[in-house]
Amino acid sequence: MSLKRRVLLKRTMAGSAVGVAVSAGLLHPTSVMAAWPKAAFGADSAADAVAKLYGASDAAPSGEIQIKAPDIAENGAVVPVSVRTTLKNVESIAIIVEKNPSPLAASFTLSPGAQGYVSTRIKMGKTSNVLAVVKADGKLYSASKEVKVTIGGCGG
Amino acid sequence: MASSIKIRAKESNGVTTIKALVKHPMETGTRKNAKTGKPIPAHHITEVKVEHAGSVLMTANWGPAVSKNPYLSFTVAGVAKGETVKLSWVDNKGKSDTREATVS
Repeated sequence: MSLKRRVLLKRTMAGSAVGVAVSAGLLHPTSVMAAWPKAAFGADSAADAVAKLYGASDAAPSGEIQIKAPDIAENGAVVPVSVRTTLKNVESIAIIVEKNPSPLAASFTLSPGAQGYVSTRIKMGKTSNVLAVVKADGKLYSASKEVKVTIGGCGG
Repeated sequence: MASSIKIRAKESNGVTTIKALVKHPMETGTRKNAKTGKPIPAHHITEVKVEHAGSVLMTANWGPAVSKNPYLSFTVAGVAKGETVKLSWVDNKGKSDTREATVS
């Protein structure tokens, strides 16, 4: 009898987990999410993320983009990353972590008055290249820097 | 409720640096509750907007890979001392917050 009870418990637990996931999905307010590039954030490779975000994947390597990030990040949950570029007419800067489950970490759309600089802190699952993709004058440029991670920041 | 946002804006030689910290769990959706094994639903900021005098200075789209209690900084020209900048964020559960700061 106790065996059956275990089974029943397990089943109800599994059922409720699915329920939580579904309601979380339904909670997404579509009007708010409309501007958020879901496909780009859901992309599973860096190239795919760039393609879905910018509609083009021909980012040219550029020496005019500097990525400031630690060479070795002890804690992958908090990796400070700054991107600075001397390119003119910067429209957008995206930060992509090649080996994260969803590589696109953040994208910034800049107004004409803004300068080519953004800084934030990101999570990294493991040692990976961090890419900065800059859209300037309608063209894509990129730069990358490897960050070694001692403790990952994506798992539980 | 205390605001979830801390924002500072400082002007120097015509360039204004805006720095902000937002208090937010930034849950990825891939973690599991250690006791129950249930996945913890994703809960992260999706959009951050910084406005000045009715026009948008910067919009950031964030995924779950931005760290917990996110930090953000950028620089902008043409925002003078004494003017206000406004930061607002929206997360994937539709929650939001807004705060203004005076440029110093």
